[in-house]
Amino acid sequence: MTNSIAEMEEADAFIVIGSNTSETHPVISTFVKRAVARRGADLVVIDPRRIPLVEHAAVWLRQRPGTDLAVINGLMHVILRENLAYEAFIQERCENFEALRAILASYTPEKVEAISCVAAEDLVKAALLYGKAGSAMILYTMGITQHTNGTDNVKALANLAMLTGQVGRRAAGVNPLRGQNNVQGGCDMGALPNVLPGYQVVIDAAVREKFEALWKMPLSPQVGLTLTEMLPGAMEGKIKGLFILGENPAVSDADSAHVKKALESLDFLVVQDIFLTETARLADVVLPAACFAEKDGTFTNTERRVQRVRKAVDPPGKARADWEILTDLAGRMGLGWQYDGPEAIFREIAACTPSYAGITYDRLQKESLQWPCTHAEHPGTPFLHKERFARGRGLFFPVEHEEPYELPEGDYPLILTTGRILYQYHTRTMTGRCSGLNDLASQARVELNPADAQALSIANRELARLTTRRGSIVVQVKVTDRVGPGVVFMPFHFAEAAANVLTVTALDPIAKIPEFKVCAVRVEKTA
Amino acid sequence: MSKFSMNGREISFEAGRTILQVATEHSVEIPTLCHLQDADHAQVCRICVVEVAGSDRLLPACATPANEGMEIHTDTLRVREARKTVLEMLVASGQHTCFAWNRPRETWSEAHRRSAQRPWHDRNCPADGECRLQELIVEYGVDTEHLVPQDMDFPLDDDTPLMVRDFSRCILCGRCVAACNVVQVNEAIPQPFGRREDKPLPRGWFPLADYERCVHCGECVQACPVGALFEKKAFGLIGPGEGDRIRTTCPYCGVGCQMWLHVKDGRVLKVTGVEGAVPNEGRLCVKGRFGYDFIHAPDRLTVPLVRENGVLREAGWEEALELVAERFLRLREAHGGDCLGGLSSARVTNEENYLMQKLVRAGFGTNNIDHCARL
Ligand code: SF4
Ligand code: SF4
Ligand code: SF4
Repeated sequence: MTNSIAEMEEADAFIVIGSNTSETHPVISTFVKRAVARRGADLVVIDPRRIPLVEHAAVWLRQRPGTDLAVINGLMHVILRENLAYEAFIQERCENFEALRAILASYTPEKVEAISCVAAEDLVKAALLYGKAGSAMILYTMGITQHTNGTDNVKALANLAMLTGQVGRRAAGVNPLRGQNNVQGGCDMGALPNVLPGYQVVIDAAVREKFEALWKMPLSPQVGLTLTEMLPGAMEGKIKGLFILGENPAVSDADSAHVKKALESLDFLVVQDIFLTETARLADVVLPAACFAEKDGTFTNTERRVQRVRKAVDPPGKARADWEILTDLAGRMGLGWQYDGPEAIFREIAACTPSYAGITYDRLQKESLQWPCTHAEHPGTPFLHKERFARGRGLFFPVEHEEPYELPEGDYPLILTTGRILYQYHTRTMTGRCSGLNDLASQARVELNPADAQALSIANRELARLTTRRGSIVVQVKVTDRVGPGVVFMPFHFAEAAANVLTVTALDPIAKIPEFKVCAVRVEKTA
Repeated sequence: MSKFSMNGREISFEAGRTILQVATEHSVEIPTLCHLQDADHAQVCRICVVEVAGSDRLLPACATPANEGMEIHTDTLRVREARKTVLEMLVASGQHTCFAWNRPRETWSEAHRRSAQRPWHDRNCPADGECRLQELIVEYGVDTEHLVPQDMDFPLDDDTPLMVRDFSRCILCGRCVAACNVVQVNEAIPQPFGRREDKPLPRGWFPLADYERCVHCGECVQACPVGALFEKKAFGLIGPGEGDRIRTTCPYCGVGCQMWLHVKDGRVLKVTGVEGAVPNEGRLCVKGRFGYDFIHAPDRLTVPLVRENGVLREAGWEEALELVAERFLRLREAHGGDCLGGLSSARVTNEENYLMQKLVRAGFGTNNIDHCARL
């Protein structure tokens, strides 16, 4: 996130797009709702589903799934037309504006309505709310990124914020909400194929030299493979050994049948986790790890805040903390690491990661710090891009709407979209074992609009078969107008009715994120 | 800056604050039962009354603006008597039986015995030891010896899996209402005298929850100053003041809520939000507050497993890690580092993510490192 959570209570307007915030980031949603209820902030929700936040919204744009980009471009078209663009900001801090203006010309509200089914007048209303706000925040999640054009969607949101100067200030910015608790930290730490800790790129020889000196090992100059490339790599025999830490791709990844096959074709698979997950069952060696309550360390939240994790209880049996296992293994592989605990590891992180340089466990005992925090007296950074963007001037990146990879047609007449629900988390390895949470939502239910339910003669709570070009599952139906006609929604948490058996593996060409959000599906009543 | 005198002490303060706020800032304790800062909720319980020179009536500190030159006394005999009267009323209004539970059973009245027959009353109140009402009753010397529990048809709601609403102990402070409607903005507890009551309730109104809207976040439970709202799973397992409280960060979503793990006998038995701390200001959601059972799930992995003849069998660490090291090294030698890869996790710590990518880069000799959640 470029802003902080606390700033949300100060914003005058919000665009929440592709984020069912009250179910995926419930506590963040309280800040948004409080801004609306107590300060009269204007909330624009852009989502194909009637998510709970819609109730608090001044305007709700229900776009056809996969048409976000058209809607965002439409908002910008109206903002330009109404002279709500922030000219001074654009001139002083951005470039390539003319190219953006050129592309936006055709995104009239009428054209956008034709593409997205969002009523032209609602689009205008939303654009005016955002365009006229003193400070406005954009919040988004997977609903924006899990598309074949996810990277473009994100660029379009950045365009929208720069166009109106809604960046680089308190309560103004573009904020991706991180889904899992330490995705931010994982990325910061360089668990990515192209960057080392602190987003220092691996293809930069100077960067590599620094790490080679620190780690006393030669480093590969080549960008590595993403998860979504490693799996096909395994099928082709290019990837032979894989080490999976605390993840369950056999359920969570698009087209899970495919993932299983890929994992099975490896020569050697090691899975380190707290449970024998669907993925761990495929492993050659399974290593038992400690969970968050059984170890010390830090997590970095979605607003870049580094916070302590503290050991409260002992791990069960012979399970050990992940850092201990990794250190032990590294020793056996001849790396000779010497860490007596997480704090020693953190000191090394601070030494090689400029944005973490000023953070120490001592400081974290008294406060939590938002990176960049570059030296011992640095107070941390609540919001980014204050005086300048990371690259200097903000670059407008004109992007055009493209239809999703798979559209409803013929035998597959409906659109399937997937997401999360409040009471479960990810593939349920944790929440599925919590009494209470499971009582509140123990099984997958697919949401179906009353009109479609009637046409298919399927009643609430009946079973239905969902079939896509990749697979088929049987699941209970929830008839609800939370989804619009022609759209069905399925939570992805449940292994026994894994939505990801159905979804497409088509990838966004840059971010390599699969298209979870849109595919074509057939729904049938089961006998 | 303005000035006034409080208990003879001169205090300066910024305009626009209440007497209660100024007092709190200067560590002068004025008791409250209903006040909930995060929701501007106040003016229900009248425990916070103070004497202000020039006013005949006692004034509620929570609702009286601090003014230049005021002369305030927060702890006079008159103030204490007034508070005591309110406390006597409150404690007599329901089934506040903790005082009896802390005495030998022989001393119990018939009404106490009947009270102990009610569901969830077979043991002492779950708030015993950290109840705001109990504390004040002791502090103000309210007579509890002759206290008889009210025998009324109080509503009890224990139909949902996580929380119990036992209105026999409700003091109608309204904190749960404010917590739900204003702090979390779930609007699941109708305001006083609102709709929804299908049958007439004793004393007219209780803060019943509307389960069409409730999201089971437990904010109301955390806000309840007495034992009217409590958690089902922790009931009877961990009492106030028992065990340890360890501060940590929520393992679920990216908000990173700060939470207390309440631990007894090596088990996490309850979770509460850390009040007054960023980023969550004490708030939690249903997963953070109630999603802790997995820690002690019986099917946690406890020993390394190694595949032999197609099946996973138990192994020691030595055997398992030697095997892993040897196989990875052999593959690297035979096919080069790029035939290996690692997937790190959004659920392990920064330190562990760092080590994982270091292992892959320095040990495997490849940049094939990624994690499973690309957002
Ligand atoms: S659990 Fe949460 S939503 Fe439900 S009544 Fe309490 S505060 Fe409201
Ligand atoms: S249930 Fe608790 S918080 Fe709610 S009004 Fe009663 S005493 Fe107050
Ligand atoms: S308590 Fe809920 S909102 Fe807070 S971090 Fe945990 S899952 Fe997220």
